[in-house]
Amino acid sequence: MATIGVIDYGMGNLHSIAKALERVAPGQRVEVTYDPEQLLRADRLVLPGVGGISHCMQELQRLELDELIQEVAGSKPLLGICLGMQALLTYSDENDGVDALDVIPGQVQRFMQPADGSRLKIPHMGWNQVRWEFEHPLWRDVPQDSWFYFVHSYRAVSDKPQHVAGTTEYGSRFACSLLRDNVFAVQFHPEKSQGTGLALLANFAQWDGQA
Amino acid sequence: MLAKRIIPCLDIDKGRVVKGVKFVDIRDAGDPVEAARRYDQQGADELVFLDITASAEQRETLFEVVEQVASQVFIPLTVGGGVRKPYDVRRLLRSGADKVAINTAAVADPSIVSESASRFGAQCIVVAIDAKRVNKKKEPPRWEVFTHGGRKSSGIDAIEWAKEMAERGAGEILLTSMDKDGTKSGFDVELTRAVSEAVEIPVIASGGVGTLEHLQEGLEAGGADAVLAASIFHFGEHTVGEAKQFLTEHGVLVRG
Repeated sequence: MATIGVIDYGMGNLHSIAKALERVAPGQRVEVTYDPEQLLRADRLVLPGVGGISHCMQELQRLELDELIQEVAGSKPLLGICLGMQALLTYSDENDGVDALDVIPGQVQRFMQPADGSRLKIPHMGWNQVRWEFEHPLWRDVPQDSWFYFVHSYRAVSDKPQHVAGTTEYGSRFACSLLRDNVFAVQFHPEKSQGTGLALLANFAQWDGQA
Repeated sequence: MLAKRIIPCLDIDKGRVVKGVKFVDIRDAGDPVEAARRYDQQGADELVFLDITASAEQRETLFEVVEQVASQVFIPLTVGGGVRKPYDVRRLLRSGADKVAINTAAVADPSIVSESASRFGAQCIVVAIDAKRVNKKKEPPRWEVFTHGGRKSSGIDAIEWAKEMAERGAGEILLTSMDKDGTKSGFDVELTRAVSEAVEIPVIASGGVGTLEHLQEGLEAGGADAVLAASIFHFGEHTVGEAKQFLTEHGVLVRG
């Protein structure tokens, strides 16, 4: 039986992500764990997370999961969600600046108020539309401009345009999804985005890590 | 573009939906899971559960309810009522709540907001503010924060309080007008606008919805990011889908 490992470093609503994966992948085992052995045995890994990046990196390091994620990022399908996506980048401005996992080259920066004087509510919270930038197995059955649920104050800025898999408009267009080989990352919460979110998770549960 | 949100609110007592949800076509209207599922199908953008259970032992059932709903309904779930300390926040989050609403406890000790926001992230801390007009006629409008379900005045200015809560790390404000709550005469638009403009974080308007026009008023004139309503949805007067269709026809962006 194939296994999806959900990396549990104590941050985030793991209940929902586990239940959503169980729903879309009834033939697979979903394991929520911080045990490196178990995670290394899993066929696919999910790196979830909400909260601040500093605490996130501290916990990943304390549990010795940082190197594990960097290693796995070179081999099996990995899905980063929300803070889990931000942790995969090189560096985040949050919490006075924190070095992250550097799996996908890029920075994490706070939303800025637009120059035209209009006002952005921060956090960016609620449902917004996602445009995928190229076709990919994870976007299968996800129509262009589908609605996904977001909640975040910082956003990813990719060093390489070819890594940007999806964008969303909030003040300006920002990268809400990144792809590097077998690592897919999303800023929104598929586990909270009703049918479209479940479709994306179902795609991940079948994904072999190839484009 | 970010859509405006429509959020049905359910009152929960001892694990059951109270204040009667009257969907014609569900078997058990008191079952929070069935009610949540129905609203999810109608297109609700989020759900809010307010627990009004008095005794501590019976509150345990709330965690089970949250767990069941979160296992079956994949939209954001905010849970409030009786949250006193960061431990309560933690338990609700672990049960599957995405956000926790804090009300009276924040007034008693505002550090619960800063502490919870730094431990669990600002995005999951909703501060619920019950505000009531206190100015005399002909005076400029002023609102005070009330606690204990609107029975006790705290003497705190509601706008200043909203700002302080945002500074302490709240991710969102759930703003209820105690003057309007239950009247079905529309939101306190002036209050909604004042708080919306005072803080950078999103504001959910609550209290007074009787018609679909009221929803539009709260979002446009009030500048709210989301609207919360109970009775117009519970009693089958309108579905969430109808509300969204109305708003779309009137130029408000909602999730289709």
